[in-house]
Amino acid sequence: MQHSKDFWFDIGPLHAIPQRGARTVKTPRREIAVFRTASDEVFALENRCPHKGGPLSDGIVHGRKVACPLHNWIINLEDGEATGADKGCARSFPVKIENGRVYLDMGVAAAP
Amino acid sequence: MSQVSASPRKKLVVLGNGMAAGRVLDELFARAPDLYEITVFGAEPRVNYDRIMLSPVLAGDKQFDDIIIHDDAWYAQHNIDLRRGETVVAIDRAARNVRTQSGMVEPYDELIIATGSRPILLPIPGAELPGVVTFRDLDDVNAMLTAAKGGGNAVVIGGGLLGLEAAAGLALNGMKTTVIHLMPTLMERQLDPNAAYLLQKAIEKRGIEVLTGANTNAILGDSKVTAVRLQDGRTLPADLVVMAVGIRPNTALAKDAGLEVKRGLVVDDFLMTNDEHIYAVGECVEHRGQCYGLVAPLYDMAKTLGAKLAGEQASGYAGSSTSTKLKVTGVDLFSAGDFAEGEDEIVLRDPSRGVYKRVVLRDNRIIGAVLYGDTGDGPWYFDLLKKSTDIASMRDMLIFGQAYQGGGAPMDPAAAVAALSDDVEICGCNGVCKGTITKAITAKGLTTIDDVRSQTKASSSCGQCTSKVEALLKFTLGDAYSASGRKPMCKCTDLTHEEVRGFILSKELKSVPAVMQELGWKTSCGCPSCRPALNYYLLCAWPGDYRDDPQSRFINERAHANIQKDGTFSVVPRMWGGLTTPDELRAIADVAERFHVKTVKVTGGQRIDLLGIKKEDLPAVWAQLSAAGMVSGQAYAKGLRTVKTCVGSEWCRFGTQDSTGLGVKLEHFLCGSWTPAKVKLAVSGCPRNCAEATVKDIGVICVESGYDIHIAGAAGLHVRATDLLGHVATEEEAIEYVAAVLQLYREQAAYLERIWKWAEKTGLEKIRAAIMDDHEGRRALLERFKKSQHAVRKDPWAERAAGQELHEFMPLAVLNTVKPLVPAE
Repeated sequence: MQHSKDFWFDIGPLHAIPQRGARTVKTPRREIAVFRTASDEVFALENRCPHKGGPLSDGIVHGRKVACPLHNWIINLEDGEATGADKGCARSFPVKIENGRVYLDMGVAAAP
Repeated sequence: MSQVSASPRKKLVVLGNGMAAGRVLDELFARAPDLYEITVFGAEPRVNYDRIMLSPVLAGDKQFDDIIIHDDAWYAQHNIDLRRGETVVAIDRAARNVRTQSGMVEPYDELIIATGSRPILLPIPGAELPGVVTFRDLDDVNAMLTAAKGGGNAVVIGGGLLGLEAAAGLALNGMKTTVIHLMPTLMERQLDPNAAYLLQKAIEKRGIEVLTGANTNAILGDSKVTAVRLQDGRTLPADLVVMAVGIRPNTALAKDAGLEVKRGLVVDDFLMTNDEHIYAVGECVEHRGQCYGLVAPLYDMAKTLGAKLAGEQASGYAGSSTSTKLKVTGVDLFSAGDFAEGEDEIVLRDPSRGVYKRVVLRDNRIIGAVLYGDTGDGPWYFDLLKKSTDIASMRDMLIFGQAYQGGGAPMDPAAAVAALSDDVEICGCNGVCKGTITKAITAKGLTTIDDVRSQTKASSSCGQCTSKVEALLKFTLGDAYSASGRKPMCKCTDLTHEEVRGFILSKELKSVPAVMQELGWKTSCGCPSCRPALNYYLLCAWPGDYRDDPQSRFINERAHANIQKDGTFSVVPRMWGGLTTPDELRAIADVAERFHVKTVKVTGGQRIDLLGIKKEDLPAVWAQLSAAGMVSGQAYAKGLRTVKTCVGSEWCRFGTQDSTGLGVKLEHFLCGSWTPAKVKLAVSGCPRNCAEATVKDIGVICVESGYDIHIAGAAGLHVRATDLLGHVATEEEAIEYVAAVLQLYREQAAYLERIWKWAEKTGLEKIRAAIMDDHEGRRALLERFKKSQHAVRKDPWAERAAGQELHEFMPLAVLNTVKPLVPAE
C-alpha cells in the first residue's frame, strides 16, 4: 500500500520542546519522539531504541545525537542509526519547522 | 592576426580600464577571442595595471613597469580600441550608445560598467587644499613621491589597509609620518584587538606615530595644507595629508542612466544589471547586498562574466569569501572570514617572536582566521574556510599549520610539541614558553602536570594547554613519565574531573556554556558523560547562583523517579529513618490501587517501592502522596538516598543510644542534597550493627560513650567494610561531623565516584585530619553544606504535582483520529 507524503500535522510550537530535549507525539500506530537540538533543529524518531526498546525521548540530547536512557546506546538523530559498535536503527520521520511551529508528516508517521 | 568575418561582430563597450575590466577581457578571450569588436574607455591616461601593487611602488620596491598587467601590444593583439584618458559622461540605454566628455558617441550591443570605486573624502574644512591626496591610482602615488622629496611631515587619515601601506611608504621615503585612526584599534574590520596590538607595535617601530581613537576635525592651511587639527584640539603639522578612510562604489554614471543603484550598482548572479545589455563588474557593483574592495572577488566575478559574454552556460557568481594581506615589508599579517567574539577558537601566541594565530571555528569548520607574524599557513586556512572542511580530525594540530598534518593522519602531539622551538609560548595565559617548562622539568625534577603548574604557572589558568604540557613532560622525561592517574573527563576535554572542578572555582565559571567555552571544550554541547558531571560541579560550586540544567541530567533526576526496562517508572516516597505510619501506608495503598501499580516492594533501604507507573501519571501519583504528607525519597538521585536504622535504645535491650532518632534527624538534615554519586547511610544502636552501617557510604555505630563515625563502606558491585573516621560524644556532634564529611566529598570527588573510591584516592588520614582535627575547617564545611541545602529544601514532587516542568511528563501532541490517507482510486 502506497501512502502519499506531505500530510503535515501541526504538533505544537517549537518552544514547547526544551532545547537539547525531546517531547513525544502519540499516534495511533506508534509513539514518536520529536527532538530539538541546541541549534534549534528538530528530528523525529520512533520512540523505541533499536536495542531494547528504551524511550529515546528520555535520553540526553547532545549535538545531533541522543543517548538512550536504558543502556546508553548513542542514536543518530538524523537517520536513527545506532553509532559506534552498536548496530540498529530507530525509524525516522519527516518533521519540519515553519513560523515557529513544528510539523510532523502524518502521511509517513501513520503508515505501517 | 585579426580576421574580418563575413557577418559584423557584436560591439562590446567597456567603461573602465582597471583590473576588473582587464580580467573580464582575459576571461572572454580565453573562451572566444573574436566574438566582439571591443572599445575600452579608461579615465587614467595609461594601460591596465595592478592597482594593489601601488604600495610597493610607493615604497620603492617596484617600478610602474613592473605592475603593468596589459601592455600596448596586448591591446593591439586583440584589436581593442583603447581610449585612454577619455571619460564617458552619459549612457543612452534606449539608443544603446555612450557619450564621452568630448562629445563623441559610441554605440554598443553589450556594455560593461567597470568604473570601480572612489576614495571617500571626509567632509571637513580644508579637504580640498593642495597637498591633500587620496591613495587610489598612480597619480596619487606620484603626488606622494613628489611631496616626500621635500621631507617634512605627513599625516595619514585612516588606519586601514591602504592607510597603513601609504604610511609605511611615506616613512620609507623619509617623511615623519603620523597615522590618525578613528577606531580604538587598527584595521578593526580585518583584525581582532590582539593582532591589531601587534600590528601597531610593528608600525610604531618604523618610526610612525599611531593615534587611535582620534577624530580629524579640520585640515588647516591657506594656499596649501600646513596642519591637521583633531577634535580634542591637538594640531599636527603636515606638509602632506593622505586620506585613506575607505572607498565608495563609483556609480554616478549608472545612476544617471536610470540603472538600479543601492550601495553599489545592483547586479544578479550573472553580473547583469536591470538592463539586459548592461553588465557591471568589480568594486562598483553590489551583489546580493555585498560590495567588495578586494581583488579576489573581482576575479571571481570576471570569470562568470567572461563566460557569459562568450555565450557559455556559466554557473552564476555566488559571492566570495575574502582574505586580506597587508603589503608592508616586514609586517606579516593575514586575515579572513569572521572572527566575532564568543566563538569556538584556537589561539597560539609567541610574544618573543611576535606571532599570534587565531583560528575561529563553528561546528568544526573554520569561519575565520587572523595570523600575525607567521602567515605561511594563511592560504591553507583560507582554503579550509572556503571549502568548509570538517577539521575535527586535525583540530589538535590545526593551529600548528599544514606542515603538522602529515599524510592525512594527524602528527603525534608529542612529536609536534617536540618540534617547537624553545621560545614558543605554550601557556598563553601566563606567558610560559616551552624552554621554561622543559628547564623546570629537568632542573627541579618535576614529574606531574601539577608539579609543572605550581613551579611554572603553565596550564594553571585556563587549562587549554594541558595536553601540550603533558606532551612536554613525556618528551622531556621519556619513559620515566607515567600518566597514571591522569584521566581526562571525557572525549570532550583533556582536563581531568579534578582540574575542571578547580577551574570552575578559580575562574568563577557559572554555567555549562561558560565552562565549555573557557576550558576549550572540543564539542559544541558536550556529551552524556560530561554534561551531568558539569551540572553537578556547578551546582555544588555555586549553590543558589547556578540554575540547574534539567537537560544535562539523566532521566531519573529529570523525572524524579526511576526509569524501568519498559520505560515506566518506580516511585519511592521517603520514610524517615525507615519509620512509617498507618496513614502513610494507607496513602501508599490507595495510590497503588488507583494507578494499578503492578508491583509493591519493600526496598533494601527500609521503604516502599511502587513499580510500573506511567510517566504521564507521575504528577498525579505525587499529588496524592503529597496530600498525605509524603515527599520524594530521591531513590533516583545522585544524592542522599536513605538512612537505615535499627530500633535502638527505645526498644532494643542492647541499644546504647537512640539510633532511630539520630537516623531521622540525619535524614532530615541531609535529604535533598545532590552528591557526586548516591549516598546511603545507616545508624546502628550498638556494635551488633543490625542496620549494617559498616557497609554504607557513611555509617554511625552507637556505643555507650557516644558515636563511632565510619565512612567508605560499599555493598554493591564492590564490597568493602567501612573505615573508622573517629569518635564523638554527642548526637549533635555526630550530625555535624557526618554533614562535614559529606560536604568534603561533595566538593572533592569526581562525578559518579562513590565515597569509598574518593576516600581511597584521597587517603583516610587526610580526610580524618580535615574532619576530626581541623575544627575550624570542619565548621566551615558544615556552613557550606547548610548553604547548599537552602537551595534544595523544596520537595521536587510537590513542585511538580503543582504543575512545574509539566512538559517533562506530557506528550507534545496526541493524535488519535486520523482519517484514511489514501485518496479514492
